[in-house]
Amino acid sequence: MRIGRLPARKARILAARYLGAGVVTLLFLFPVYWLFMISFKTPDEIYHVPPLWIPGQIQFSNYYVLFKDGDVLAILNSLIVAGASSGIAIVLGTLCAYSLARFRTGGENLAMWIISQRMIPPIAVVFPIFLIYVYFGLVDGYFGLILLYTAFNLPYVIWMMRGYIVDVPLELEESALVDGLNRWEVIWKVVFPMVRPGLMATSVFTFVFAWNDFLFALVLTRTEVITFPVMLTHYFGGQSNFWAKIAAMSVLGTLPIFVAVSVMQRYLVRGISLGAVKG
Amino acid sequence: MRRHFFGMMMTVSASLNGAEQRRPSRFGRMLEDRLPYLIVAPAILILLLVGLFPLIYSLIVSFQRITMTENDTSFVGILNYAELFRDTRLWATLGHTAIITAIALPLELLIGFLMAQLFIDRMPGRQIFVALLVLPTVISPIVAGATWRLMFDVRFGPIGQVLSFIAGEPVRILWTVNPAYVYPAIIICEVWQWSPFMFLLLLAALSNVDQSQLEAAEIDGASYFRVLRAIVLPAIAPVIAVACLIRGLDLVRIFDIIWALTEGGPGSMTETISLYTYVQGFSQFETSYTAAISFVVIVLLTLITTLVLKRMELVR
Repeated sequence: MRIGRLPARKARILAARYLGAGVVTLLFLFPVYWLFMISFKTPDEIYHVPPLWIPGQIQFSNYYVLFKDGDVLAILNSLIVAGASSGIAIVLGTLCAYSLARFRTGGENLAMWIISQRMIPPIAVVFPIFLIYVYFGLVDGYFGLILLYTAFNLPYVIWMMRGYIVDVPLELEESALVDGLNRWEVIWKVVFPMVRPGLMATSVFTFVFAWNDFLFALVLTRTEVITFPVMLTHYFGGQSNFWAKIAAMSVLGTLPIFVAVSVMQRYLVRGISLGAVKG
Repeated sequence: MRRHFFGMMMTVSASLNGAEQRRPSRFGRMLEDRLPYLIVAPAILILLLVGLFPLIYSLIVSFQRITMTENDTSFVGILNYAELFRDTRLWATLGHTAIITAIALPLELLIGFLMAQLFIDRMPGRQIFVALLVLPTVISPIVAGATWRLMFDVRFGPIGQVLSFIAGEPVRILWTVNPAYVYPAIIICEVWQWSPFMFLLLLAALSNVDQSQLEAAEIDGASYFRVLRAIVLPAIAPVIAVACLIRGLDLVRIFDIIWALTEGGPGSMTETISLYTYVQGFSQFETSYTAAISFVVIVLLTLITTLVLKRMELVR
């Protein structure tokens, strides 16, 4: 056997694995392809029998309609709500996580309580929250949604950041304290830079959770702060589905997620599994 | 003049800083002593506000008799809870939820495991495959449901077209309307979206399995299934448990995908516990009754998860 050439058997196995990988990837990505493709089709092409697998040309009139009718405001609302809530959750959650990790505040019980908050089914709290929001006039406003998403992301942020902070060597903080920095400075100047990658990954996930939420937005918005998933379901009505709008809106609402996740690829496993598996 | 003033200010503030570093003010020291609690407080406060407050509120409302037409705040005891047991539609929704969970969860686990097996050995370009495969998991479930609605469409969707091609004759299945096909439709969409999640977790777990053990087994000539049962499965069992817990909880409260695909229909055939609660609260306006359902669901699920979490010792 010559060096630099694979033995025939190994080469065959590798080829088979590539074939398998290709088929699996195609199967899983086909629906996404279909969605993107419809968003570029003309109405004639969308309602063509039999269905066309490749659009005649790439044209953007489906997107143009969304911009013209102001439907893209839903995307803007989603950006505001998801952005603000994950920002607040990250700051408050990381501080809380630092306290849990370093001072063992509240012991294991507090940590358990916080993670159990994550498991609360949204449907069980959305109704009482709705009643309370009606009472305080918070329905259909940014503040109400931001508060809610912050609360629902906090357990996740605290749990994840606690994991990252525990990994920061304690000696580093101690020597900073000896050098005369106070705790705040230690947190900002020593710990934050050390956990920055974890912080970035956690922010992306909190953003995605808030961005993808449907139930809360459905219940707590009316006309003013409709987010994009709710807007999407408005197109479903009755017999005539506005497929062009559904597809274009879905793509607009999916692109930011794709970008964010591909940037954060490396942290995906740990972020997605509540830190149970270190990726 | 201005420069002089500025310089003076700098000196003053510098000396102030110096003094503070040697001997912190009383207020500063208090901040420092209470710091662990101060920085926990805002997060806990928000969690209590949004987590505990509604819980108490719904508990109170569930003992009253508020509906859309009547605002009767007198207490009626456990009337609403007694009603739960007689509500056949509620029990049916529990059954629907159980069916979807019982079929989708093992399927996702199996498909995720097979995918992980396919990608476990290094191969050039593996990262790209993994990145692409994860996409279904991160998109909004509403978008996933909408996408499959387009896919399943009897006239303009590709699934009917492909099935017709395979069968050699026109196949016309109304996936989201025909009672025989709504569950397969929902489960296909669900499995498509979440198998990659299982895949990602299991891939990470499999690559952490002790390589030397695997090599030793290979030298001993152990069969694939023997290695799987004796070495691989015990090693990845904790991850499987976590994955099943996370997915199981999500499946029990499934809402978005069904809303986008069938809206609980036809009739109430695919209505899950979440959809039913939504309908009771926001289209029937049975305020007190919905509060009772919410409360039971919340208590049950919190109990189960806390028990499971404690047993698995997720806490490091």
